[in-house]
Amino acid sequence: MCLALPMHLTARREFEGDAELGGVRRTISLLLCPEANVGDHVLVHAGYAIARIDRAEAEATLALLDATLGVDPDVVPEPAHGAQARRP
Amino acid sequence: MSPVRALRDPFHHRSRVEALRQQVGEMATSLARPVTLMEVCGTHTHAIAAAGLRHLLPANVRLVAGPGCPVCVTPVDYLDHALALAAQPDVTLCTFGDLMRVPASRRDSLERASARGADIRVVYSARDALQVARTRPQRKVVFLAVGFETTMPTVAAALAEAEALGLANFMILSGSKVIEPPLRALAADPDLHLDGFLLPGHVSVIVGADFYDFLRRDCRVAAAIVGFAPVDILRGVAELLRQISEGRPQVRNLYARVVTAAGNRTARAMLHEFFEPTDTNWRGLGRIASSGLRLRPRWKHRDATSLPVELPAPLEPRGCRCGDVLRGAIAPPACPLFARGCDPEHPIGACMVSSEGSCAAWYRHERHAAGAGA
Repeated sequence: MCLALPMHLTARREFEGDAELGGVRRTISLLLCPEANVGDHVLVHAGYAIARIDRAEAEATLALLDATLGVDPDVVPEPAHGAQARRP
Repeated sequence: MSPVRALRDPFHHRSRVEALRQQVGEMATSLARPVTLMEVCGTHTHAIAAAGLRHLLPANVRLVAGPGCPVCVTPVDYLDHALALAAQPDVTLCTFGDLMRVPASRRDSLERASARGADIRVVYSARDALQVARTRPQRKVVFLAVGFETTMPTVAAALAEAEALGLANFMILSGSKVIEPPLRALAADPDLHLDGFLLPGHVSVIVGADFYDFLRRDCRVAAAIVGFAPVDILRGVAELLRQISEGRPQVRNLYARVVTAAGNRTARAMLHEFFEPTDTNWRGLGRIASSGLRLRPRWKHRDATSLPVELPAPLEPRGCRCGDVLRGAIAPPACPLFARGCDPEHPIGACMVSSEGSCAAWYRHERHAAGAGA
């Protein structure tokens, strides 16, 4: 029930906003995340934005992970535990 | 690709999942003894079951589900109270859908009350309940406020809006819980021998990473704040194994794209304005001091406990071991009722109701993969 989904904030009217996810649009409250701006990705829980999503942080996390583990994200292994690899 | 998918998909990337699985496997070979880790949050339980992650882990790394499914830890007496309110001729109940089928005493439920004609509405948000109150001024509209630190600020925000609008007929029945007391209790439970926690990602958005310092200081267990994608969860497991191997428990924030050190101060201020700590009952864990939230006395006019109703003595379902499941003491199949009288279609215990409940998640996703015991 603490499920929260990332949504794209497309419009803002004071403490309300329009957010979009996979073609679905919803009116959300920004009372708990007044710093959100149009264009932001926000984390939405039960109709309220509760955080802005830091996209640069997400990219940095993945870059560090790939460097540490030696993963090339362009190479996708076959379902049988990576015995073979192919370029998509 | 949509901007939201571009953000989500890399954390489900198969190459990364496979590399992390291998890393966890290698780390596990150097463990001195088997370890037990707990995912605290019900949304994690659901995500782990749906992705089959439990079965990707080596045999000496046990991952158990904790008490973080709010519907599951809501005790029978709360549901009895909600049913008593629903029986009042001037009350409309609003609830998250999860709660509808949770068994109350005598196998009653909100769903059954609704079938008997009680005015019960399923809502997606506390704001929807506010809207019901606006359109039906002659009814007392009671929102069943069940949830942890993630959800309760949204209830506080709805209460603030009700105050601003002068909406006198909007009330709540608080069944809310906070996470620190049970974390302390579980870390100290001698039967469980927990070595580490995967901390609840969205509770952490509100409370902030620094909040958990008590775990390192007082509880000496490994801890990592993690998101809900397979890459997030496996990174968390690898981090916990590292802390355990090095013998240096700490709290690592691995969900920094939404969790900051200080958390969401606006949400906490809103929460603090309306709520104060109180002792509360947890299904399975019993009464825990200061583990719940109730309305502050100045908001008594919003508190549905002030409405006069008669409450029957609560009656727990017989044979149900939800309590032991919620403590991580047994896996769901060890309960005598699991898949033998209790299933998602006909739940006897709360853990079989919500998709985040351990029993429901196990029944749907892990029953056949795991075999009987596990």
